[in-house]
Amino acid sequence: MSVVGPKLQPTLFERSRPGRGDGKIPHPPKDALDRLPPAVLRDTAPALPELNEPEVVRHYVNLSQLNFAVDTGFYPLGSCTMKFNPKLNEWAARLPGFAGLHPMAPDEAAQGTLQLLWELEQALMAISGMRAVTLQPAAGAQGELTGILMIRAHHRKNGDTERSEVLVPDSSHGTNPATATMAGYRTITIPSAADGGVDVDAFRAALGPRTAAVMITNPSTLGLFEKRIGELLDAVHEAGALAYMDGANLNAILGRFKPGEAGFDVMHFNVHKTFSTPHGGGGPGAGPVGVGETLLPYLPTPRVLRDDDGTFRLERPGERPSSIGRLRSFAGNTGVLVRAYTYIRAHGGSGLREVSDDAVLAANYLMHRVAGSYDLPHGGPCKHEFVASAASIKKRTGVRTLDIAKRLIDYGFHPPTIYFPLIVDEAMLIEPTETESVETLDAFAEALIAIAAEAETDPDVVREAPHTAPVRRLDEATAARQPNLRWRGMTGRQMPCPD
Amino acid sequence: MPYGPHTDGDRERMLAALGLDSVDALFADIPAELRASGLDLPDPEPELELAARLQALAGRNRTDVVSFLGAGVYRHWTPAAVDQLLLRGEWYTAYTPYQPEVSQGTLQSIYEYESLVAELLGLDVVSASHYDGAAAAAEAALMTCRQTRRERVLVSHAVHPHVRATMATYFGGGLELEEIPLVAEGEAAGTTDLAALQALLGDPDRPVAGVIAAQPNFYGLLEPMAELGDAAHAAGALFVAVVEPVSLAVLQPPGAYGADIAAGEGQPLGIAPQYGGPYLGILGATDALVRQIPGRLVGMTTDLDGQRAFVMTMRAREQDIRRDRAASNICTNQALLALAASIYLATIGPHGLRDVAATGVARAGELEKALAAAGAERLHRAPYFNEFAVRVPEARAVHRRLLDRGFLAGLVLADAEPDDPAVADALLVCATEVTTSDDIARFAAALQEELAGGSGMRSELAGAAR
Repeated sequence: MSVVGPKLQPTLFERSRPGRGDGKIPHPPKDALDRLPPAVLRDTAPALPELNEPEVVRHYVNLSQLNFAVDTGFYPLGSCTMKFNPKLNEWAARLPGFAGLHPMAPDEAAQGTLQLLWELEQALMAISGMRAVTLQPAAGAQGELTGILMIRAHHRKNGDTERSEVLVPDSSHGTNPATATMAGYRTITIPSAADGGVDVDAFRAALGPRTAAVMITNPSTLGLFEKRIGELLDAVHEAGALAYMDGANLNAILGRFKPGEAGFDVMHFNVHKTFSTPHGGGGPGAGPVGVGETLLPYLPTPRVLRDDDGTFRLERPGERPSSIGRLRSFAGNTGVLVRAYTYIRAHGGSGLREVSDDAVLAANYLMHRVAGSYDLPHGGPCKHEFVASAASIKKRTGVRTLDIAKRLIDYGFHPPTIYFPLIVDEAMLIEPTETESVETLDAFAEALIAIAAEAETDPDVVREAPHTAPVRRLDEATAARQPNLRWRGMTGRQMPCPD
Repeated sequence: MPYGPHTDGDRERMLAALGLDSVDALFADIPAELRASGLDLPDPEPELELAARLQALAGRNRTDVVSFLGAGVYRHWTPAAVDQLLLRGEWYTAYTPYQPEVSQGTLQSIYEYESLVAELLGLDVVSASHYDGAAAAAEAALMTCRQTRRERVLVSHAVHPHVRATMATYFGGGLELEEIPLVAEGEAAGTTDLAALQALLGDPDRPVAGVIAAQPNFYGLLEPMAELGDAAHAAGALFVAVVEPVSLAVLQPPGAYGADIAAGEGQPLGIAPQYGGPYLGILGATDALVRQIPGRLVGMTTDLDGQRAFVMTMRAREQDIRRDRAASNICTNQALLALAASIYLATIGPHGLRDVAATGVARAGELEKALAAAGAERLHRAPYFNEFAVRVPEARAVHRRLLDRGFLAGLVLADAEPDDPAVADALLVCATEVTTSDDIARFAAALQEELAGGSGMRSELAGAAR
């Protein structure tokens, strides 16, 4: 039986019939547009589909059933922390007082939201040991850009204009080097040590008067805590550079390690990972950024301020000239931040520490369960996720990690992240999270073990997987070579709709 | 812990399998001197109490006012179906469709979004979404630099101040951003100064990558987009239109006046104001720029059996593949908001969207007449869409007093642009299909009273009372 609904859907455009759909908005007076100059008016109406509401509802309900989601099953996508998304969060964000508030409403009309944002900043400071937090960045990658632009502003303020390089380990997320480029820096990639950790000696050799920043993910994308982080941070600071922490893996270390206390100068939080805000099929996220004393003057504007009388307000344009400016319009992805606030309040300090304890315990248990069937290149205890490899299986049977991932779909699971981090051959990055029961972990381990056995006894069944999904593997080469990126009617090589 | 599944027995069983007594052993790799000092946060709060706290906070916001505030974020009627469908967990608890076989719902919905918005824009390619209109416009500006291999971009002063500020931040890595001034007086006051643009484009030593203007502009005015675009192209620059999607039901689409790229804030398409986001960054371009467009793209293809299906494509532009040579660092986007916009467009339909746009135009005309009769004349004379500025002496004080009377009197322009004397003592007001004639009449009456009351006299009285 398929883990998702079986029924492919025609597009909205194929469902359209002229004359359908009405009754949402009163009709305007006939002369409504007469005061506009004819030259600015559209010659032909946009060819949007015409549908009645029941048709729209069936379309989207049926389409939704073609998705695998956390609400439908186990989704161990490493590096993405696919934990349960509490329903109270959704309720809270939709409260009319939050949802209906205009972002340019005067401060006195926005006291509830401003207080919530201020309290969330305080909570993130307590969690991270950072001196201050901005909630403005819209996602982790924008948080990275915020951090690196602040580092740039810091060096510029000091007249330190020779610093042109950002060092990243080869296990880093692709967003780190891409961010360095956007901020006008050159990326220097540092190989990892044999144990998967940062190679402190290689970093030391690369650090120098040209180094602006070092970007480190801790725990790393291999799911390992960087044991030599103290030494590395000392070396970075001795070289006059600053240290950025990619907080993607914060779910492993809540209450156990605070980047600010350890000496990181700046970090981002991924609230859709650590703090349970929904991943939304690709987004939205929110990427708050915490800073230590050094970067405090450069935080983006507007900050949320609490005045002496206990009222809250947004910083005014031009109020803090040292700021790097805005990363986006308005205060931030506030609706997402309401959800993160709700999650943090529901857990409190003790609950957040349990989150990490249980996430790390689950990952270690799962790693232990599959140890006999897959390579574990870095052994030892992991944090909230671990890397397994199908390199030996591939050597013996020709079955690849991609095949195993697709076969997992037949067993009812979403595949883990595959072929990342790039430094492990045939990598599977597996992150169970703290909200999955031991029964689910056991069932997933048994599926992985069974697939490893199938690779030996019946490799074709694995290589041709998935067998139960609504579509088989896709022709990605043609999709890229002859891109069809929008509906242009039933022409050319487009296929007729499936029903 | 709320939401956690593990009983003490489960934990013991897992620890026993690992040969451990305590979970602390799994954190032994954190050096002792770097261990956290503790987690100083309030105690966990049960759902009942937390819900009450959240309701109290939400209740401290004043959303019960009659609002004429737009300034980039517009109130519209969202059909009830939109949120009902968004609340399906299959949509909002999935992630980026890395595994297309179990993500056809998200993939097809993104393809449909790309198609719907391309239709509105009159362009070929639309990305799967960016953070918001400002970030999308900043990415558009960077695209023009990559495509032309030039480093100077010109942006009209009448582009939303947050959009201009965001571009300036994104250009912090070394690119040059310059403003095109506005016409100061006469019929075209408040719109982009074409002659000034031509002068800026004329410097042969500083070639321009892109020219950026908004339609309607920040003041609600309609710009001569075709002329601005022609000037850009004549200088070898690309033309970027910053647009508001609902207006495109009736206004010329960017593709029709020669824009190479369009960016815009998608919030008006069924997305709640929610104090700034999550919104929807719209970014579209002509086919010629498809390899420069940042963010995810979904295309139509077939599976091994020849069945039609959808997949993320042209991934070689993206950070997880290209790392430091990617078109942008964007990873997480605003997919759920793109879905909201698609459901909105599908539900409201082409005729409904035209009604939304045209009703806004009509209501704004009604508002203009009522405010003029109340003594607040327009600041500009150029045609406007659904938003315009009016001259109000002591605008900030009047705005505050009107709030006390239950009216959100638009935006105090001096708050957004404190350094611009052209907009001192002015309010930016808008109307949409949710604005009623009764709202307009009551607002105009209240404003008239405030203006007639003599704000100077009031402040004297206030001074005497102190």
